[in-house]
Amino acid sequence: MFKKLAITAVTALTLSVGGVAASESGGIHDVAFSFEGPFGKFDEDQLQRGLQVYTEVCSACHGLQYVAFRTLADEGGPALPEDQMRAYAAQFDIYDAETDEDLPGKPTDFFPVGGDENAPDLSLMAKKRAGFHGPYGTGLSQLFKGMGGPEYIVAILASYTGEEKEEAGTTFYENTAFPGGWIAMSPPLAGEDVEFAGGVPNDLQNEAEDLAAFLMWTAEPKMMARQHAGFVAVLLMVLLSVLLYLTNKKIWAPVKGKDFV
Amino acid sequence: MSGIPHDHYEPKSDGEKWLDSRLPIVGLIYNTIMIPTPKNLNWMWIWGIVLAFCLVLQIVTGIILAMHYTPHVDLAFASIEHIMRNVNGGHFIRYVHMNGAALFFFAVYIHIFRGLYYGSYKAPREITWVIGMMIYLAMMATGFLGYVLPWGQMSFWGATVITGLFGAIPFIGDAIQTWLLGGPAVDNATLNRFFSLHYLLPFVIAALVALHIWAFHTTGNSNPTGVEVRRGSKEEAEKDTLPFWPYFVIKDLFALAVILVIFFAVVGFMPNYLGHPDNYIEANPLVTPAHIVPEWYYLPFYAILRAFTADVWVVQLVSWITGGIVDAKFFGVVAMFGAIGVMVAAPWLDTSSTRSGRFRPMFKMWFALLAIDFVVLMWVGARDTEFPHDWISLIGSTYWFAYFLVILPLMGVLEKPTTPPATIEEDFKSHYPDAK
Repeated sequence: MFKKLAITAVTALTLSVGGVAASESGGIHDVAFSFEGPFGKFDEDQLQRGLQVYTEVCSACHGLQYVAFRTLADEGGPALPEDQMRAYAAQFDIYDAETDEDLPGKPTDFFPVGGDENAPDLSLMAKKRAGFHGPYGTGLSQLFKGMGGPEYIVAILASYTGEEKEEAGTTFYENTAFPGGWIAMSPPLAGEDVEFAGGVPNDLQNEAEDLAAFLMWTAEPKMMARQHAGFVAVLLMVLLSVLLYLTNKKIWAPVKGKDFV
Repeated sequence: MSGIPHDHYEPKSDGEKWLDSRLPIVGLIYNTIMIPTPKNLNWMWIWGIVLAFCLVLQIVTGIILAMHYTPHVDLAFASIEHIMRNVNGGHFIRYVHMNGAALFFFAVYIHIFRGLYYGSYKAPREITWVIGMMIYLAMMATGFLGYVLPWGQMSFWGATVITGLFGAIPFIGDAIQTWLLGGPAVDNATLNRFFSLHYLLPFVIAALVALHIWAFHTTGNSNPTGVEVRRGSKEEAEKDTLPFWPYFVIKDLFALAVILVIFFAVVGFMPNYLGHPDNYIEANPLVTPAHIVPEWYYLPFYAILRAFTADVWVVQLVSWITGGIVDAKFFGVVAMFGAIGVMVAAPWLDTSSTRSGRFRPMFKMWFALLAIDFVVLMWVGARDTEFPHDWISLIGSTYWFAYFLVILPLMGVLEKPTTPPATIEEDFKSHYPDAK
């Protein structure tokens, strides 16, 4: 009975997978990020480039209030050398409650909140948006492509049409990836906004992808550690399953009148 | 403890006798883990151990999380991020706790549907069933309270919607809602009491679990044939049963290990798959999310809640009869709790004298439809209420009630069951011809 139900469910799932590839939601396209999949890794150079894009462009309005400067030096993150991380932190003026004045940032300080209060904090942006839905509310496309938060960020940055409109004193910009189609953020990137070291291409798509990768790291800084722990746990449980399977077979063999080899 | 004749613990050394005459705890443990268990239990009987494991897992990870969590509206969201970023191993423990809740509900649904299919709820196991349903309700409450604690957008608006259900009760609803929230709206007082109760309820569940186990150790386990263990003598009982340790403990642990392979793969590689992205946005009373969707394990009952709108004639009729006291909202709330209520009443609604669904040809089909109905309701509960979703949830909800209130009672009269094997031993031998 249960077996039949299970088979029906599995068949239904596999049949509907065919429809997944066809449904791209809102012009958000899958990007082959290096950190995707169980064995994916953040690309340090890419995270550093993303940090550069954030610093030179986004930080004008958006904050990263949950990210501490010291974590920029973390393994499995941008892995800035210690002295660079300290120098980076020192660029920011951070309010110090003890002395009641703004002091240069220390490694233990956090990125400041954004200067524009209408600009959302970016620390968790890659986790609070799901780029992929469906099809039909089944969640299957997320299963195969990931949640799509970073892809959503790339799409938002690259989907401006150039149209503008004004409503109640605010200018809105047409953006095909944004729910509703009109966004209050003016196009932040046009391509060649920052100069990457070593002549890495700085067209719009590359800048957007580097930034999205960096924001995935700010949202999930322990991703490498988590995947590693998950991998070890899975491996141990597989081993335990095999041992318990054999134990179980041996214990039951005399009861079932079977030979245990 | 069990009504099935079996060996009892005999204290041998002087030390054991000394302890046994003062506190017979060794005997209690012995009788519990050596309980005679029907030989023919299939893989659907492993979920009890999985559930016990989940309870322990949630309590252990939850206690660690509580050490680093701050139940204050200004600090709760940031304290979760602190756990995710700065606490040693905090990110993993939190994801285990989040997905542990999902595993808990996944296991409890299979456990419940196993009971419904094999008629485990029937006499003499009604008390086990009713306590089980109380555990399930306590789990729903605990899960809901816990989901509010991260103080994300779904936490806040979920709390607003669910406590609003109590507000739908005629006359006293508003007062009850205010009392539950500790104020006119979801705020710091709400978060504080939800944290307190989220910490308390798992221990209530643990106590109920002890009663649940005590109850079925008194009646003996049910089994896939629904045929009772022979109890004439110890020798006869031993032909039908094996001691729980080691036969079923090892079997259950094997199944648990396999389930944990999948569980840790989810935790390690896609921990946010079952969650809602909006809960990574800090709660904001001024911004309502586009869709307020509960966690997946509430969706079937959420669908039933939403199914009965003011357009449905039954709702209009009841509203007219009661002079408008029972409006569509309150009707929905009653339907949602009623959907669980009819499950609780299953032992008295099922009139068939054959216990196991295995020997009930008509029942099998209606039961399969119920299982499909449950999945459909779960799916439609996360969709909007536009056509055809409104019709699907209404039909699904109607079938849920029809199954328990009409089909189960009628089938006992209309159906002609096939003949179960005479004994458990016979059933076991039909699977394993070489068994001694």
